[in-house]
Amino acid sequence: MLAKRIIPCLDIKDGQTVKGVNFVEIKAVGDPVELGALYAEQGADELVFLDITASHEKRKTLVDLVRRIARNINIPFTVGGGVTEIADADALLSAGADKVSVNSAAVRNPNLINDLALNFGKQFVVCAIDARLANDCWTVTVNGGRIPTDKELFSWAKEAENRGAGEILFTSMNHDGTKGGFANNALCMLSESLSIPIIASGGAGTMEHFYDTFTIGKADAGLAASIFHYKEIGIPELKAYLHERGIVVRL
Amino acid sequence: MKTVIIKYNAGNINSVENALIRLGIDVEISANHETIASAERVIFPGVGEASTTMAHLRSTGLDLLIPSLKQPVLGICLGQQLMCKHSEEGDTDCLGIFDVAVKEFVAGDGETSLTKIPQIGWNTITDVYRGFIPNELEEKYVYFVHSFYCELSDYTVATTNYILPYSAALQKNNFFSTQFHPEKSGVVGEAIIKSFIEQKF
Repeated sequence: MLAKRIIPCLDIKDGQTVKGVNFVEIKAVGDPVELGALYAEQGADELVFLDITASHEKRKTLVDLVRRIARNINIPFTVGGGVTEIADADALLSAGADKVSVNSAAVRNPNLINDLALNFGKQFVVCAIDARLANDCWTVTVNGGRIPTDKELFSWAKEAENRGAGEILFTSMNHDGTKGGFANNALCMLSESLSIPIIASGGAGTMEHFYDTFTIGKADAGLAASIFHYKEIGIPELKAYLHERGIVVRL
Repeated sequence: MKTVIIKYNAGNINSVENALIRLGIDVEISANHETIASAERVIFPGVGEASTTMAHLRSTGLDLLIPSLKQPVLGICLGQQLMCKHSEEGDTDCLGIFDVAVKEFVAGDGETSLTKIPQIGWNTITDVYRGFIPNELEEKYVYFVHSFYCELSDYTVATTNYILPYSAALQKNNFFSTQFHPEKSGVVGEAIIKSFIEQKF
């Protein structure tokens, strides 16, 4: 049976792993390749590397890093941050990335999703969506949650699917960094209205939060960063916990 | 003597190369027919769409070379599907090494209410006792990404189940294949690659 996936997310700045609390404060927590290999060994099902470097050196640094990750890690990994055109994705694919995630660039230019899917296949394209709930409306945001757009979460997610996204990575900006649990109502609505996998992100604080997002939220995968980086929850204990409660996970 | 990965217009070739390098296997990526024909073993990877990929194989003559190979050949993912007879993807006639039909998943078919297509993620392999998949890997998880599947057949040497049971691995004479990605399947995948490397034919 297909297992629910546990995905550690590694935010990368200038080749180092960082984690933002509500995407603003940043603190270095290690070498991405070492950390990624450690997670893979501990039973992570996939890894997401999100590059938040702003400099113009960015692409080369990222491609070099992706090459190192691909040589050292034996599970699938997604790379996001700075994919704005086919050439960016092509460079990452050639360096060994299994998937790319697109976020702000796809909001600004939705055709990017079509182009990526056409060139590299749907399985290569993860559409990341950051959204914030206010006045009963989930508004899609860009630039790390700083800028609201005129798009609404559910219609944008559906559009992304229709354009060729292979997965949706939904981060609730209301929940991110709070460690109070995932946005399960919105996740459940996404999961039921789309026919591609949904990755839950933002809010993981306890093992129960993962259980809830796989049951109430109907998510296909749960993504988290700081709880893994700061060793608040170990991946083996998380998987054992979920398994005991009847969630299918890879042990 | 090298293991040669067939180079063509498909993704994930470097991933397969990286996995072999991690296992200490001498590997080369090539589109050259002589290099491929003289390799000790050949890997035919693949991520892509069936009809465009078959058109590419025909335009380069690889469609004739691959079925004629005498050394162990391992097809991966789309590679496995293209080694079959026909694929529903683009109504494509494939290489015909395995007399097996490749069909598209239909959401909601079968006993379950699974509706997500493609299948993306880790699923178990079962009934692994008849071929190159090591017996101790029964019920182990491997990584799948696909919307089309190979039907169960006499060549099936590992079964998996998503919406319905189908072939996770096939084997016939010197031809071996997996629907999943051994190069992305952690230590289980590494054991499967090693087993292929040890196959003599």
